[in-house]
Amino acid sequence: MSQLSTIPKPRRNVELVLLLLALAVGIGANMLVGVDQEKAFDTDFWFQSSLLALAALVFHVVLRIRAKYADPVILPLVVALNGLGLAMIHRLDAPGDDTGNNQLRWTLIAMAVAIAVIWFLKDHRILRRFTFISLAASALLLVLPLIPGISAGEILGARVWIRLGPMTFQPGEIAKITLAIFFAGYLSSNRDLILLAGRKIGPLQFPRFKDMGPMITAWLVSIGVLIFQRDLGSSVLFFGLFIVMIYVATSRISWVVIGVALILGGGFVASKVFSHVGLRIDGWLNAFTDEVYGRQFGGSFQIVEGLFGMANGGLVGTGLGQGRPNLVPFSNSDMIIASFGEELGLIGLFAIVMMFLLLFTRGFRAALGTRDAFGKLLACGLSFAIALQCFVVIGGVTRLIPLTGLTTPFMAAGGSSLLANWIIVGLLLMISHTARGPVDTTPLPPAKGAESKGIDTPTEAVKHL
Amino acid sequence: MSELTITALRFGFLLLLWVLIFSIVSAMRRDLMVGRKAAVGTPTARQVRKNPELAEAPPQPIKQQAHQLVVVEGPLKGTTIPLAASPILLGRAQEATLVLEDDYASGRHARLFPQGSRWFIEDLGSTNGTYLADQQLTRALPVELGVPVRIGKTVIELRP
Repeated sequence: MSQLSTIPKPRRNVELVLLLLALAVGIGANMLVGVDQEKAFDTDFWFQSSLLALAALVFHVVLRIRAKYADPVILPLVVALNGLGLAMIHRLDAPGDDTGNNQLRWTLIAMAVAIAVIWFLKDHRILRRFTFISLAASALLLVLPLIPGISAGEILGARVWIRLGPMTFQPGEIAKITLAIFFAGYLSSNRDLILLAGRKIGPLQFPRFKDMGPMITAWLVSIGVLIFQRDLGSSVLFFGLFIVMIYVATSRISWVVIGVALILGGGFVASKVFSHVGLRIDGWLNAFTDEVYGRQFGGSFQIVEGLFGMANGGLVGTGLGQGRPNLVPFSNSDMIIASFGEELGLIGLFAIVMMFLLLFTRGFRAALGTRDAFGKLLACGLSFAIALQCFVVIGGVTRLIPLTGLTTPFMAAGGSSLLANWIIVGLLLMISHTARGPVDTTPLPPAKGAESKGIDTPTEAVKHL
Repeated sequence: MSELTITALRFGFLLLLWVLIFSIVSAMRRDLMVGRKAAVGTPTARQVRKNPELAEAPPQPIKQQAHQLVVVEGPLKGTTIPLAASPILLGRAQEATLVLEDDYASGRHARLFPQGSRWFIEDLGSTNGTYLADQQLTRALPVELGVPVRIGKTVIELRP
């Protein structure tokens, strides 16, 4: 028989080369930011660049040891995006501000956690055992900001933060990972039931009610987030995640139809009932009217200033450190994409969007390659969460859809989002490691007390490495 | 720093961004060649011509090789499938190579694939498991000739 299966290759050296290039992008951006402000090579610059480079190389070495078949382009992409974000936040710091260094601290913490995930979680399939624990954990994480003792109260109209000592943290960001684990575990074991049992009404087949119990719980969670936490972005993210994972698991287009109808219907009702949703939609549709632009709360000032900034940037941008993106409120978090659009121009902004797109395709490639249903669904769900976040944020900033409060993955200032996204990267790397690695064909360890029937255990078992 | 240097650095940075993207895309190119024999491991025809010792010895039929898959029990009893060089998907899904009409089988139940000179069976996370000679599979194991593989109510065997 011909040698059909090609021998898998680790390709870690490719990763190293790309990683050095990615670090050049991140550090180069940081340098350019300083060139104009006469602080190009101060201690801050060397400190930040060397820490970022060191952390990225440690991550690379860990991959060499623990997950040597992992996808070689995921880490460079993420390091480049994170480096660009760090440079921009550093650039937007007013004198005396410490957001840049704070973001660097969170980057290091997040990378350390992602390394720990890869080091201790040898196989992503272990997570399947925590299906229902994940559901409980998600519920807990989402309820935390509403408990009076630890809640950080209402910040900017949303109750999504908790207080952890001197810092605030957004537990909802972690909840998107635990929810993805729950959906993947639940759908991979109940997919056949959901597909085959149930009544057919018209062209759509509806599952039995008892199969839908946990699904309805998950749906109520996303509605609860909207009502009690007033967080439109997270609500859209959770619901989108749920629709996509059930669509991928069952390949029934009817789920997408139902889901989109529910989102549109829910959005319409929410815009009438909740003032904050209504204001967002008004600020999107009538952004350029004087009344909406000048409104004290919930006006379109932020979006329109962002659009002016990007228009000022044009095709090639004003150059890093030479525009005025700090005129836009929250220019280093929610509106960081507008800041990049102004200083790097359309060419640079498209490069960033392209990096997100490549990251998303690599996540899907890992999902296609892995052989277990749980891993497939988890990789799909996690990479879709990143993609949906990008769409909602970039679409909001460019006024394609109403602006909602979600963070740009890896770029926006904010520790919880960075931490959650790095954990997602760790999980995607683990899944791609099993997807691209060789199939383990070593013989089973002999089971205790079981007499061997049939064949003898093969002695010359082959393990292709 | 002069105006000119700053402008050069500005455009240089945009160039660097796209250089990164194109290097990443070219690193991914290898993954896009689905189904084609990758250049690793096996020497090219050109290399073989230059160094004849690289040529692979023709595979000797040491053992009898499996050439067909036979369903010996279950609703599809008597079905045979010739074994080529490509993996075989067993399950209830329509895209499976052997579509099992078996209530105890999952959509994508198990995969039978050649590696080296043998066929291996691997469970794809099925609900009811796959059994090789009454032992439940927890990883890919080689399938010898005449050893029963049970999936739900269906039993298959490899035959020469």
